[in-house]
Amino acid sequence: MNALIFSIFNGTLYGLLLFMISSGLTLIFSMMGVLNLAHSSLFMLGAYFAYSISTVVGFWPALIFAPLIVGVIGALIERYGLRRVHKYGHVAELLFTFGLFYVFEDLVQMVWGKVPLPYKIPESLNFALFTWMGLEYSAYRVFMVLISLGIMVALYWLIARTRVGLIIQGSLTHPHMVAALGHNVPRVFMMTFGFGSALAAVAGVLGGNVLGTEPAMAAQLGPIIFVVIVIGGLGSLGGAVIASLAIGILTNMAISYDISFKTFFVALGVSPDAVGVGQDLIATTSGSIAPILPYLLLVLMLIFRPRGLFGTRDA
Amino acid sequence: MIQLLKKNSIWILAGFVILVLPLVFSSGFAISLMGLMGIMVIFALAYNMLLGQGGMLSFGHAVYFGLAGYFTIHFINLMSEGAIGYFPVSLLPLFGGLVGLFFGVLIGFVSTRRAGTIFALISLGFVEMMTALAFILITFFNGEEGIQADRWVGPEPLGITFGSGIQVYYLIGVWCLIAMIAMYALTKTPFGRMSNAVRDNPERAQFVGYSTQRVRWMAFALSSFFAGLAGALYALHFEHIGYEAAGLELSGEILLATYMGGAGHFLGPIVGAILFTFLKGVLSDLSSVWYLYLGTVFLLTILFAPTGIAGLILRHEPIWKTDVRLLGKMVLPYLGALITLLIATGGIIALIEMINFVADEYSQGSILSIYGIAVETTSFIPWLAFGFIALIGIGLCRLTFPFVTRNWDAIMDTVKERMLR
Repeated sequence: MNALIFSIFNGTLYGLLLFMISSGLTLIFSMMGVLNLAHSSLFMLGAYFAYSISTVVGFWPALIFAPLIVGVIGALIERYGLRRVHKYGHVAELLFTFGLFYVFEDLVQMVWGKVPLPYKIPESLNFALFTWMGLEYSAYRVFMVLISLGIMVALYWLIARTRVGLIIQGSLTHPHMVAALGHNVPRVFMMTFGFGSALAAVAGVLGGNVLGTEPAMAAQLGPIIFVVIVIGGLGSLGGAVIASLAIGILTNMAISYDISFKTFFVALGVSPDAVGVGQDLIATTSGSIAPILPYLLLVLMLIFRPRGLFGTRDA
Repeated sequence: MIQLLKKNSIWILAGFVILVLPLVFSSGFAISLMGLMGIMVIFALAYNMLLGQGGMLSFGHAVYFGLAGYFTIHFINLMSEGAIGYFPVSLLPLFGGLVGLFFGVLIGFVSTRRAGTIFALISLGFVEMMTALAFILITFFNGEEGIQADRWVGPEPLGITFGSGIQVYYLIGVWCLIAMIAMYALTKTPFGRMSNAVRDNPERAQFVGYSTQRVRWMAFALSSFFAGLAGALYALHFEHIGYEAAGLELSGEILLATYMGGAGHFLGPIVGAILFTFLKGVLSDLSSVWYLYLGTVFLLTILFAPTGIAGLILRHEPIWKTDVRLLGKMVLPYLGALITLLIATGGIIALIEMINFVADEYSQGSILSIYGIAVETTSFIPWLAFGFIALIGIGLCRLTFPFVTRNWDAIMDTVKERMLR
């Protein structure tokens, strides 16, 4: 029971981080039809900037300034990169962001080195907040959950209840009408791109010290957030919430329970003392297949419900 | 007869080049590198059946390349253990192709249900799964180490043992030629044309009565066949296969090579694969940040030359068809642009290398050798000097590039005039 609650807690935490990254991605996608493959690089940049800033002035300013810097970088990418490539079509746009992914990974290695950075949890939050059912809950992790939930609510409020959100929603579905009403639609796109990048960077600042700040972090997380937005339904924020939490909790449970699939494979007809590949199958545990669980979900989803959980149209 | 020769002159020329190359570049390294080039040419052309001809952007085509490699290595090992009968080694690429075809049909059924972004994402999902599986099914994939085999197996017809590198090179050469001709012929078939139609206007293709999904599936399967063929050759070439040959990195590399070569033309992937393999073989030893240069050049290609190298060359086609002498007028502007570009990039590369050297925790001392010059990185003078060179180069580029554009426009005007005449 304890382990269950603990893994749900950790899974929720991971899921909320995933949501923070994927919400920006899915907003950008539904707006411009561009899937930013370098989105996880912006998450990584957030973590690296946070480390550099926090070594000078501490964690709290980093929480503000790192996302701001990355937001500006994101806006510049849209303005001077994607907007130019747009005329060559979606494949060129995808390829452009793919190229950015390479460049960012190497730039980060060049500036901060190839080894993981000692980006630590801030001292002021480095204690056990409470103990429940014999397990300690770190103050920093609770803080992460609160911030992520706060951002989730704020994002919903921004999109659904404010004038800015109205313009963004309008630009998604009726860009020409919005432009005719006197709004600068390309600028809305640029700002949204910057905002989405900043959100990813917030996740980087918060998650970098828990997940590890290293050059490979973008490559590790990138494919998973794509899975999240496809499962949630491209362009759906609600879907992104559910898919992030589901994937976060599922992978965490798979690792912490580490169920062996021996009985399953024996029932399928693999002999218990098999050799070769059979032996590998018998030895498989849920922990070892945790990394591929998201992709399995993706494939199943695309076979049975290609539009995703809450997608309004077939992608 | 003469006409037949004339019609196929390009293939005869290609065959001749493949035949003669090892006589010109005869060092072991060169032969090994050229063999790899041949493999990558097949792989890039196979990839371009998706990207260029079918409009499908895949981030995981190395899966079929790598799986075929694994099966080939296992096949050889089983042969040498005597567990199965004998199969000529020189025909193993065909076996690899069939492995690729099998997985292409299987996975393609799921992934080609969608085109565009979703297809790209599914391909990404499958390549991630493939890499993860390499570490789960240890008996078959053997995790990080990969598996080895000795290609010197079975009887030796005509003394061909594939013990030496040159014999493997010619094996690759023959298969490369066959695959190139086959893939070129495919573009001329109704299927090849339908593939283009589905890329350009899927709705219309559907309206004419074709299932876009089936056309994509078929293109995917055939492309996987040729990728598998290349993968088997790769396994024979290195006598080893590891998870990296089926992973995201190689998938990305073949995408970059194909696109930079030019996805819109049949020649593009060939040029791209050869150039890419050469640069990787030579440059990756010289600089530890060569991926940064690669990525930057890729971004610049997308921004300024989306048709790739082949596209840049073929832009001149109307000129040389009108009058070859007109090309002479472009020599001077191009030369000027090239020199200024070299100055600018030379300065920038030096700066990047210095930053990389200073930031790298493994570098020794403070002296770095750039272009054969020993540079003291702690002093500000080399930074200033290379920064100055870079700025001068960029400034000169701003003079020479408009010169190119002006001349180009003038020549195109002449060409148009003569065409109208």
